[in-house]
Amino acid sequence: MSTATLPPITPLTKKDFQTDQEVRWCPGCGDYAILSAVQSVFPELGIKRENFVIVSGIGCSSRFPYYMNTFGFHTIHGRAPAVATGIKAIRPDLEVWVATGDGDALSIGGNHTIHMLRRNVGIKVLLFNNKIYGLTKGQYSPTSEFNKKTKSTPFGSVDRPFNPVSLAIGAEATFVARSVDVFQSHLKETLRYAAAHKGSAFVEILQNCNIFNDGAWFSLTERDARSEHVIQLEHGKPLVFGKNRDKGIRRKPDGDIEVVPLGNGISESDLVVHDAHHPRPSYAFLLSHMEHRPGFPTPLGVFRAWDDLPRYEDVMNQQIKDVIAKRGSGDLNKLLHAGDTWEVK
Amino acid sequence: MSTVIETPLSRHKPEKIDQAVIRFAGDSGDGMQITGSQFTNTVALYGNDIATFPDFPAEIRAPAGTLPGVSGYQLHFASSDVFTPGDSVDVLIAMNPAALKVNVGDLKANGILIVNSDSFKENDLRKAQMTSNPLEDHSLDKYRLFSVELERLTRVALEHLGLDAKSMDRCKNFFALGMCYWLYNRSMDSTVRWIGDKFKNKPLLVEANKLAMKAGYSYCEATEAFQISYEIPPAQLAPGMYRNLSGNQALALGFVTASQKSGLRLFQGSYPITPASDILHELSQYKDFGVMTFQAEDEIAAITSAIGAAYAGALALTTTSGPGMALKTEALGLAVAVEIPLVICDIQRGGPSTGLPTKTEQADLLQALFGRNSEAPIPIVAPATPSDCFWAALEASRIAVKYMVPVIVLSDGYLANGAEPWRIPNASEIPEFPVHFATEANSPNGYLPYKRDPQTLARPWAVPGTPGLEHRIGGLEKQDVTGNINYEPLNHENMVRIRAAKVAAIAQDIPDAVPVGDAEGDLLIIAWGSTHGAITAALKAQRVEGRKIGHVHLRHLNPLPSNLGDVIKRYKQVLVPELNMGQLLWVLRAKYLVDAIGLNKIQGRPFKQAELEQKIEELLG
Repeated sequence: MSTATLPPITPLTKKDFQTDQEVRWCPGCGDYAILSAVQSVFPELGIKRENFVIVSGIGCSSRFPYYMNTFGFHTIHGRAPAVATGIKAIRPDLEVWVATGDGDALSIGGNHTIHMLRRNVGIKVLLFNNKIYGLTKGQYSPTSEFNKKTKSTPFGSVDRPFNPVSLAIGAEATFVARSVDVFQSHLKETLRYAAAHKGSAFVEILQNCNIFNDGAWFSLTERDARSEHVIQLEHGKPLVFGKNRDKGIRRKPDGDIEVVPLGNGISESDLVVHDAHHPRPSYAFLLSHMEHRPGFPTPLGVFRAWDDLPRYEDVMNQQIKDVIAKRGSGDLNKLLHAGDTWEVK
Repeated sequence: MSTVIETPLSRHKPEKIDQAVIRFAGDSGDGMQITGSQFTNTVALYGNDIATFPDFPAEIRAPAGTLPGVSGYQLHFASSDVFTPGDSVDVLIAMNPAALKVNVGDLKANGILIVNSDSFKENDLRKAQMTSNPLEDHSLDKYRLFSVELERLTRVALEHLGLDAKSMDRCKNFFALGMCYWLYNRSMDSTVRWIGDKFKNKPLLVEANKLAMKAGYSYCEATEAFQISYEIPPAQLAPGMYRNLSGNQALALGFVTASQKSGLRLFQGSYPITPASDILHELSQYKDFGVMTFQAEDEIAAITSAIGAAYAGALALTTTSGPGMALKTEALGLAVAVEIPLVICDIQRGGPSTGLPTKTEQADLLQALFGRNSEAPIPIVAPATPSDCFWAALEASRIAVKYMVPVIVLSDGYLANGAEPWRIPNASEIPEFPVHFATEANSPNGYLPYKRDPQTLARPWAVPGTPGLEHRIGGLEKQDVTGNINYEPLNHENMVRIRAAKVAAIAQDIPDAVPVGDAEGDLLIIAWGSTHGAITAALKAQRVEGRKIGHVHLRHLNPLPSNLGDVIKRYKQVLVPELNMGQLLWVLRAKYLVDAIGLNKIQGRPFKQAELEQKIEELLG
């Protein structure tokens, strides 16, 4: 076969996505693991390096673009989703990822986060949730638990926290998932799912800040505890958890859910079968809320992946194409001379 | 020769006059803005020069008949150059007692006053806080008062159409308009066309409004109410094609033109705000030019989405007014730091805070110059008249993409809503300013995002998707040339100075200040923005024997023209009229150590010619 005209395709590797900049996160920070996972997954996606854009706001997580050898834009606090929306509107072909944190995305930038999600702009959002303000050295965040004692709340915080997954589903995000910094293979798998989603993809990554909030997620990550406290969401599979896979989530007649022990006449066939592709968000919301209830586990994995909604940037650009198809391309001289005109001789 | 005339012409021989000022005033639900703009369009099409002043309340519908609900539209039209909407009015149409009370003070003695006598009942008078009926108490004796039963007469004209009373009453403004067309001997044809278009899906309303207008015209004809009618011949404007244009329309057309001339997609990120929203309304219609409009969730998303679009290679625009400018401040700093082209339109209104949303002011100049943290210089361009907004939009866009900087356009409510005839340029005669994105590495070590053009100091514009040019930018201080994060003391000072030098050097790329009037002498008037018309009119009247007065109207407020200091030295006195507490005055005094004098008005209204003349008289004795 003579196909010598095609240039050889060199597959990208993890190294292609690393920059020469010294990484300046604290030693032991969970962000290193997230960076490594993203650098591992990007070469698998079959997307040219120059077509990746990483946009961030302000915070520890927002240093992310400097360490990715792609196009990168470190913007201002909370505004990354809006900047990214402008990029996507003009260049829908680009692969735009936002790196953000619990303060950046849910406090100062909460408005942009929910509006980006309800518009279904084709942006992937990685929310690094460490339940603390790290870069400003240790104040409570909008995801910190009630009564959190920090530098700014010596007698305990009086705020009720946001659940980022609930918030995203409430905004009717079309893809919502949760993973953990230290679960590398789960994290990579989750990133692959997010990358495959066309619309807005929101991924909460539970991340440890070993300086200001060490161990915030230990109940989910420590080997002894995690199987009792974590439930893995897998599409089409029943909701089972526990060290011996001996507990499950069952629907109650009133539509609510309950934790039931397996055995004694209760089998996996009685349990809720996870349906990530359900078009309506109410089921995913119910799942997202269970971790706040005594005896319930915290779900990890893909809560919702419903990709039937067109992307905002595609609708925007299609509208322009439709108008041009109908009216023809604009003629500037005609535009300037439009309306009632008169001639002075 | 028999000519078919669609509208009946007056049998009076109209008296020829040079100019007139007419004001339509009524409740904000009375359609005064439509009535005024229709009359404007008709006289503009006829060839008169015009200046308009729409003046309406911030409330969409304040309680009917009350003083705060009064909406007005003033038009000055003439057979010669018009510079202002007029200090006082020749004809006032008052649809109710509140409109009369608010406006009658501006009517000239012996001026024509047309009132809707059907709305002068006890209840109407009470709502306008009047204790006696002015139509009966001789308080209006110094005017030529015409009490017309606008509601009754309109109902009589429309009774056969089967409309309800409320719908019939809504047509009374067209009855009044018909009367004015008779008074100024103007054809109703263009308004007839407009009515047909506006209500094209409601044939009954087309009929009703046409009938009401024609009834008003015929009423004057039949009753010989005015006994006189006027004719204002067309103005001797420069030859060419003309259209009537408001400032916000002109900005929109200017940015579409800038997009075509630069070869860049136009992206507008905006959040609705008075008096800037019309730019969004206009641009959202021009999708056939590839214009992308984005109504953002807030003012901050409006500008940051525009920054994203600019980063991706668009001609990016955000439009707002003062309160929105305040919210955009941090993002403006980002645009300065990442050195990205962006145009920000601030359509100024009265402030602080919510202030006077529908009234004009020039008090955002210092905000535009300095309203950011740290050293963040931004070029500022100010249009002088409604149609000049077109050229200001082009100039701001040109500077933004040539120097890779954000540029502020400072317009105001008066320019935004005011209209004037615009001599339409031929699109092909407007110069292009093509933009070249970086396509390949600019050093042996790859792409250096802050390696500058030695002439303009602009950094290259490398848009995402360009192979080999992957790079990172952001709001952190960076090293020049490489763009790498850098906190070294001398590097920071160097970068601050480079950003300042880049903006300062634009002075070499803008025209020198050339005074209108006398090139040296007793008094130099330096001003900017919408005060142009009133100053021009005042200057014309005051440049009499023995007085040497010049006028510099600044198009560029940052940087200032490089010869301005020399021009200032050629005059004995400097006067700076502004609709603020003296902001340009403050800048000029600081920069040129000149003992300039301010004339300051902060009433939400433009200068009157007489106010300027009085100040000039005072200074020149």
